[in-house]
Amino acid sequence: MKDLVQRAERLRADFPLLHQRHPSGSPLIYLDNAATTHKPRAVLQTLERFYTTTNANIHRGLHWLSQEATRLYEEAREVVAQFLQAASPQEIVFVKGTTEGINLIAHGLRQVHFQPGDELLLTAAEHHANIVPWHLIARDIPVRLRPAPLRSDGGLDWEAFQQQITPRTRLIAITAMSNALGTEMPVSAIGALARQRDIPFLVDAAQFAPHKPINVQEWCADFVVFSGHKLYGPTGIGVVYMRHPWGETLPPYQGGGDMIVEVRWDSSTYAKPPQKFEAGTPPIAEAIALAESIRYLTQKVGWDFIQAYEQYLTDYAQARIEEVPGLQLFGTARPKGAIWSFYSEAVHPHDMATFLDQAGIAARAGHHCAQPLMEALQVPATTRASLAFYNLPSEIDSLAQSLHQIVHFFV
Amino acid sequence: MNTQLKQLYQEIILDHNRYPRNYGRLENPTHQARGHNPLCGDQIELTLQIRDNVIEDIRFEGKSCSICKASASVMTTVVKGTSLEEAETLFEAFHELLTHEEPTKVSSLAAEWRDKLSVFSTVRLFPVRVKCATLPWHTLHNALKNSTQVASTE
Repeated sequence: MKDLVQRAERLRADFPLLHQRHPSGSPLIYLDNAATTHKPRAVLQTLERFYTTTNANIHRGLHWLSQEATRLYEEAREVVAQFLQAASPQEIVFVKGTTEGINLIAHGLRQVHFQPGDELLLTAAEHHANIVPWHLIARDIPVRLRPAPLRSDGGLDWEAFQQQITPRTRLIAITAMSNALGTEMPVSAIGALARQRDIPFLVDAAQFAPHKPINVQEWCADFVVFSGHKLYGPTGIGVVYMRHPWGETLPPYQGGGDMIVEVRWDSSTYAKPPQKFEAGTPPIAEAIALAESIRYLTQKVGWDFIQAYEQYLTDYAQARIEEVPGLQLFGTARPKGAIWSFYSEAVHPHDMATFLDQAGIAARAGHHCAQPLMEALQVPATTRASLAFYNLPSEIDSLAQSLHQIVHFFV
Repeated sequence: MNTQLKQLYQEIILDHNRYPRNYGRLENPTHQARGHNPLCGDQIELTLQIRDNVIEDIRFEGKSCSICKASASVMTTVVKGTSLEEAETLFEAFHELLTHEEPTKVSSLAAEWRDKLSVFSTVRLFPVRVKCATLPWHTLHNALKNSTQVASTE
């Protein structure tokens, strides 16, 4: 265990932001990684290098710089395809983030897939980004969302999930890891079920992606989305994986430059996927920097370390938080990622977050963009500590110590 | 615990949080309103008995953080027995106290009111918590207008 902690301590040197102090003078303890992660120097340098040496628009200039920028951008697509174990880079579409990704898919499915009365099967743990885009569809085509319940430990109720599949189920759209609880959903089992019944299957991997390796083919997924900024990359870049031939089937999301073959006054024809879905100038530098964050994660840090160390941190945090009197811990089901949500009847999450902030601890208090889940848990909000491989056991000790003080203060 | 926190969570705020005054709901209110801060989840409901332009009785209930709950509790003790115009003046003074660098309105209030409201002056130093303290007052404002809109400080 000591080796893992020492490795984490060394890796922290790669993240300049972590060495700041909170205005109160305390060291900054960043436990809000499910909201966004910090960027290693390699990613920051990639952004700077692109703008200082290679900046040009892509896919349209015949000049040298444009060709270089295009090469790096398309190389990034290959890196992402490999990261997801996709069959081809043509299945990778760059978008702004997970939210835009799901909206893109919903927009397309509305036009070519859904009929009135269709049902969408989700889990009770969905983020608003995997709820509201489907509500927007329902304004035009009356479709119904069916949320499959969780067990009390935050894991999916598998029996109930299977019972929710009906002949009207036309999409299964689930999170791979709950952003509020950290619990994992049985993605491969759900994918197999969906494939067997010929139901398209969408996976929101925004939280899963930074914690565990993804294999979209093993998942039997038709669509997978994630965001760069939660994966140690920049904001403004995200990914949609679209299994072939969905890229052919779905209509374009936005119209504009770069997504066309020919434009006339009366009509236009569209490019092949993925360009078909990338209208206008994409976030070029961000895509290239995302590829660097993936290289950093998979090559420098490595999945073996990430999984072993984060598992240790998850268990350690559970033990320390459970020692705090009167705290209710949510999402104890395994497997789970390094995210803990907790609640105290005596201390409202906002009071808790204010106290933690004054101790230099960045944690999130609120409904975590998952109001239906909060309702199911029967709490107005929770406090969430979400960890990354650069967090240390000593930081969890500080969290636990503050929690003891807060609870003592209010009770 | 640092000084700023101590100023925010003064004993009187903690006391109103633990033992909220006028908690619950009136059976036959003449006025009522709901308030909700969607970003943080604070929820509050006010029921009032108003006769001859005077707030004869007021109750609140809801799920909220300690600052919101204490603010609601203090508010009910302050506005009970006031005229609608006085309540409006108090609302404006409280709002200014939390949102202006150099508030002036609170100092011109009667001493009893001034002292009760001033307990919340430190909330201004915690910008994300201002809306917690002002939600009950915005809800009152709506109730007095008999507005059916859910109050929100977002």
